[in-house]
This record gives sequence, structure tokens and C-alpha cells, in this order.
Amino acid sequence: MRIFLTAILFALSATAMADTLVYNITIKDHVFSPSVITIPVNQRVKFVIENQDVTPEEFEGLDFDVEKIIPGKTKSTVFVGPFAAGTYNFMGEFNADTAKGQIIVE
Amino acid sequence: MISTAIIVFREVLEAALIITILMAATRGVLNRGRWISGGVAGGVIGAFVVALFMGAIANSFEGMGQEIFNAVILLTAVCMLAWHNIWMASHAKELTTNLKHVGHQINEGTLPLYSLAIASGLAVLREGSEVVLFLYGIAAGGSSNLEMLSGGIAGLFIGAITGALLYFGMLRIPPQWLFKTTSWLILLMACGLASSAAGYLSQAGVLPSQIPLWNSDGLLSEKSILGELLHILIGYESRPTALQLSFYLATLVVITSGMIWANRSGTVAPQTRSRGI
Ligand SMILES: [Cu+2]
Repeated sequence: MRIFLTAILFALSATAMADTLVYNITIKDHVFSPSVITIPVNQRVKFVIENQDVTPEEFEGLDFDVEKIIPGKTKSTVFVGPFAAGTYNFMGEFNADTAKGQIIVE
Repeated sequence: MISTAIIVFREVLEAALIITILMAATRGVLNRGRWISGGVAGGVIGAFVVALFMGAIANSFEGMGQEIFNAVILLTAVCMLAWHNIWMASHAKELTTNLKHVGHQINEGTLPLYSLAIASGLAVLREGSEVVLFLYGIAAGGSSNLEMLSGGIAGLFIGAITGALLYFGMLRIPPQWLFKTTSWLILLMACGLASSAAGYLSQAGVLPSQIPLWNSDGLLSEKSILGELLHILIGYESRPTALQLSFYLATLVVITSGMIWANRSGTVAPQTRSRGI
């Protein structure tokens, strides 16, 4: 029970935190653009991903744990980070051959 | 085609393992096959419905609906598995003795079989909706549809066969060990699901997001076959956060204490409970 209470407290303080950086990404013909995104170190940021294809795509982190399905012709929000400095790869699981991207954290 | 088969296989395997372990865990329980297959059928129908409404689900809760939906499904499954394990612990003796005499049935009325139906249905629902969406994407994508769909079906098949093989493998475990083994597996599986749920809640912003405690991806990648299996069976994460670890441990403590308590109260008067048929 205590875990849940502290969790709620944490959640409240997290939502009260200052404004998050937003990055817009589009998926077209199973390709992310931009495919390389630079974000600040140790900060949670917001990716707004617009899937312009008719087919669904799954945004999946390879070096971080995020998985989200973005249905065709819709826009979805994905939170990534906080990350230590470095390069993190992601892909579109449903079209792994073409949908690739990188997050550079500095 | 191979990549299609692998993606579908990965999704199917997750559901198949949960169902398999539940089937083995309830060996000898009357009607358990009917309840579990009912749950699976419900899960398949649900998977199509979820896939159909994925857009609407994703857009709810300020775009975080999908994460919250996943977390709710996982936590519900955790409760069902916990209930099942605690019930089984209180009837452990009875179940083992009855298994030795074919024809004996266990108090069929008391095992909350719908917990099995819900747990297996939810596993199919979650993984199945991804498979449906993925295959739909292929069908809508146009290129070499038939080859891709056959890959999907192959993946589905191999996933189901792996589950079946595991089931028959587990049936070879002597009855007195079978329930012990399966209840350990279910316990750890439930802990893993709880930790995944914590991950989704962090992703949704309901819980804070944290830097992982460690990164063992170089040692054992979660995307490798062994990593994937361990992820499903014992909740292996190569980059767990403190919150995920707390969810894992809290679930472990709660279910284990429930089982110990049930086992104690179950051994007090075993005769009163086994009204054999
Ligand atoms: Cu999955």
C-alpha cells in the first residue's frame, strides 16, 4: 500500500513539473522523418508521432523500453526519457526494414 | 515472410505460454478445459474488437489510452493469477492425492474457474489485437500479401505448437511436483506482468519515469529468444526501473503470503473439504 501512496505522490509531482519539450515526427511510406532526433540529457520529452500511412505502425525502442501502436492516419503521443547521454535506436516494428530512427541525447 | 512469421510468433508465444501453464496447473480439474478455451475464444473476439477500436483507445486519456488500457489488462491478469494460485495452495494436498486415482474429481464448484478464463482471455486479447493489427497492416500494405499472410499463419502455428509441446512436457512432471512447479511459474509470471504494467503506467505519465537501475542488455538481450522466454516466464527485464522492481517485489510478497496463509488454513481440516464423488 505504501508503494502505491508514494507512487501517487510521485505522479502528482511529475505532472506538476515544468513544460515538456515536444518533437514532431511523421511516418510516411514506413519511414520516420526526421529519423534522427536530438534531445537533452536527463529529461523526459514528448514525441508527437503522426502516422500518415493507412497501415498501423508500432513505435518500439531498441535501447529503451517504449512500445506503442500508432494506427494508420492518426497522431499519437509517446514519452521518452529521461536518458543518460548517448545514442538510442528505435524502429517501427511492423516495418522494421524501412522504419528506423535514432535519438541522440546530449 | 520470415520476419512476419517471427513477429506473429513472438506475440502468440506470450499468450500460449500463459494458457499452457494454466492448463498444466489445473490438471485433473473438471471443466477447466471448457473454461480456458471459452476464455481464449472470448480473447480472440476481443482482439478483433480492440484492433478495430485501437484508434479510439489510443486517443482516449489525452493520447495515453493505449498505455492505460495495457496496464489495466495486465493488472487484472495479475489479480486473476494471484487468486488462482492462492486457491490452489489451499487445495494442494487434495489435488495431489486425487490425481493419483483417476476418476476422482475435485470439488468442482469451488475453484474459481472464471479466473482462468479471464486470465487466458486477457493474454489472448492483448497479444491477439497486436497480431490482428499487424496482419491488417500487411493486407492493406499491398506488397506480396499472400506470402506475408502465410508467414503470419506460420508464426501463429509455431507459437501454438510451442505452447502444446511445453504442455506435454509439463505433464511428465510427477503430480506431486507439477502443482509446485506450475504455481511457481504462475507466481513469477504474475510478478513480471505487474512490472510490465508499471512500465506502461510510467509511459502514460501516471507513474514517474525513471532512469533504469541497470542495463543487462549486453548480457542477455530482451529481444533474443532466451531473453524473450525469460521475459514471459519470470518477467526478465534488461532495463528495469526502481518502480518496476517494486511492483515485481510487491506482487511477489503479496501472492506468496496469500499462498502461505491459504496453505496453512487449508491443512487444518482437509477431510471436510474433500467430498469425493
Ligand atoms: Cu506483445
